[in-house]
Amino acid sequence: MIQIRNAMRILISTLREIFDEAAYERFLESTHAARSSTSYAAFWRERESKRPKPRCC
Amino acid sequence: MNRSLSVVLWVVVSVLGTIATAVVAMHRSEPINALWLVTAATCCYALGYRFYSKFIAAKILAVDALRATPAERLENGRDFLVTNKWVVFGHHFAAIAGPGPLVGPVLAAQFGYLPGMLWVLAGAVFAGCVQDFVILLFSVRRDGKSLTEMAKEETGVVGGVVAYAAVIAILIILLAVIALVVVNALKDSPWGTFTIAMTIPIALLMGFYLRRIRPGKVLEVSVLGFVLVLLAIWGGQSISQHSGAAHVFTLSAQALAISIFIYAFAASVMPVWLLLAPRDYLSTFVKLGTIGLLGAGIVAIHPTLHMPAFTRFVDGTGPVFSGKIFPFAFITIACGAISGFHSLISSGTTPKLIARETETRMVGYGAMMAESAVAVMAIIAACVLQPGVYFAINSPAGIVGQTAAAACSTISNWGFPVTAADMQGLAQAVGEQTLFNRTGGAPAFAVGMAHIFSQSLGGGTVMALWYHFAVMFEALFILTILDAGTRVARFMIQDALGHIYKPLGRTSWYPSIIFTSALIVAAWGYFLWQGVKDPLGGINSLWPLFGIANQLLATVALCVATTIIIKMHRARYAAVTLIPLVWLVAVTFTASWHKIFDPNPRIGFVAQAHALAAGPPTGATARLIFNNRLDAAVTALLLVMVALVLFESARQWIGVLSGRREASVKETPFVMTRLTEERA
Repeated sequence: MIQIRNAMRILISTLREIFDEAAYERFLESTHAARSSTSYAAFWRERESKRPKPRCC
Repeated sequence: MNRSLSVVLWVVVSVLGTIATAVVAMHRSEPINALWLVTAATCCYALGYRFYSKFIAAKILAVDALRATPAERLENGRDFLVTNKWVVFGHHFAAIAGPGPLVGPVLAAQFGYLPGMLWVLAGAVFAGCVQDFVILLFSVRRDGKSLTEMAKEETGVVGGVVAYAAVIAILIILLAVIALVVVNALKDSPWGTFTIAMTIPIALLMGFYLRRIRPGKVLEVSVLGFVLVLLAIWGGQSISQHSGAAHVFTLSAQALAISIFIYAFAASVMPVWLLLAPRDYLSTFVKLGTIGLLGAGIVAIHPTLHMPAFTRFVDGTGPVFSGKIFPFAFITIACGAISGFHSLISSGTTPKLIARETETRMVGYGAMMAESAVAVMAIIAACVLQPGVYFAINSPAGIVGQTAAAACSTISNWGFPVTAADMQGLAQAVGEQTLFNRTGGAPAFAVGMAHIFSQSLGGGTVMALWYHFAVMFEALFILTILDAGTRVARFMIQDALGHIYKPLGRTSWYPSIIFTSALIVAAWGYFLWQGVKDPLGGINSLWPLFGIANQLLATVALCVATTIIIKMHRARYAAVTLIPLVWLVAVTFTASWHKIFDPNPRIGFVAQAHALAAGPPTGATARLIFNNRLDAAVTALLLVMVALVLFESARQWIGVLSGRREASVKETPFVMTRLTEERA
């Protein structure tokens, strides 16, 4: 049971990382901001200034 | 695990793998069951991972669990971040898995299932996985530096410049060829075009939802987007049956190409959150789910392959693309065996997330094995089709004839019987007007996938839905690569132009954004347009060009890896990267030579230009001649650039081995990790 719970936890963490949810949480933590459309806009402003992640063929 | 039990287990895996591979390799005359391919692949991957990757990790790279990685030393909560190894694995796999391992093996199936299968297995275990693993580890030891930076530091300035130019070239050719795959899948298909067109408003809606309604709730909105896409697939059927609506969504190849130019330009110029990011999330969601579903479907129904082990086209006269098995099978299948593009991802985001050096083995070597397994699924999907059907879908009209009767007669005369009624019945079953001349690999893969899915879920009555689901799945993540790739190339061009005129380097300055986006779209758009207008279907000339560019980038990555291994005083093990390097040099240089100079006009660009010049002149002749000469020049340029890197690398190797040059690697100094087991 614990193993299944651990596997589910890792799966959800993986999906949250792939889908940038975890990145947004970290952004909120580092900027001490609350979840809002303004903070989400700021999160994307910061991301857009960097080189986008390549996607392979 | 108990040591004796472990030995017994691995002996069983070895014996099973040997038997399965032998059956796959020796089986002739009768159809073979797909489970043999699945078993051979599973055992080979297990053995490769357990023994070969462990040997590389221990003897050559000396991966050190106590050495702090950049994710730990430079952790900033953004780029550098200590992350769970399974999370990094999923992240890395989602970035490397694209349409390449699906399309390449489908095209190479014209030689039969065996050449592609053997290349995918051997190429992945001995070359592709090794490249991804060593480049990832070397990048981890250099603070997450990119391949171009490592090439500059380890092989000299020439290496860095060539790697940079090769990346731009490969991006341009890649974007053109995958756009052509989408065009060929959607042309004259109102159902498919409607579904894909709907993904744009769905992505915009997702972007708006994420920004305004539920900020940052990506998984939630991806599920919503997925449901809307399923509705779009279902709605596409009604559109295709309504004459007025069907007319609007029945687009020619040229019209589709123009739509794609506009879309890619808009996606590159618009804010990322509005279109690119939501589409990326949606495509990743669909991609991971569909790959899992396809794997389960293959194991569940274990279909029979109808394609023989070898076809008559091993002699180089194939209709899908011209050229013999060597070298063309090895450049046609890139991503499932070895792909230079992966080295960019192994030296991009991934090294900045790795918690311990020991995890590079699972992430680098392991994720590439998973990608290779996707290629095996694609081989199975293509080869479950009757060979006559496969060739009818994948052969251009310029080779098999313009009418259904002519195409069926030509293909049947090759020894692969097919009738116009068979093809008409199949087209109706998948909800298309015709399946003839749907070159590019995607439609054949979609038919094979629909065949497998419909046997496991829903039966023949839902085959049309599965076919359009498969087309949507491929087109969705091809379009994601188109917009992400255009944006990546735009950033790289802006980086370079910033050295000439500073404002051009500012990624937020709109005149620069518009100018560089237009430049990139025009560059790949030119090749796409060339492919759309090509009477031989475009894939014949563009896919080999892409394969050559991709494998040449892998050559650069392996040059860098070999140089570092020699500088690490591990020269006696350098064969691990040197043998794949020699193989790739042989493959890419031979393929390039054929593509430029082969006297057969279906293979050589120069010969085709001469044949066009000698033939009856048409309005398009001058342009076609120019295009062929341009393709020859691009191939020659790539070849010369990589030859320079090889030369520079060889100078380094000889210098170090003869003691004339100092063997100093540019690694970050050792720092002891402070991570506890739980944190890592």
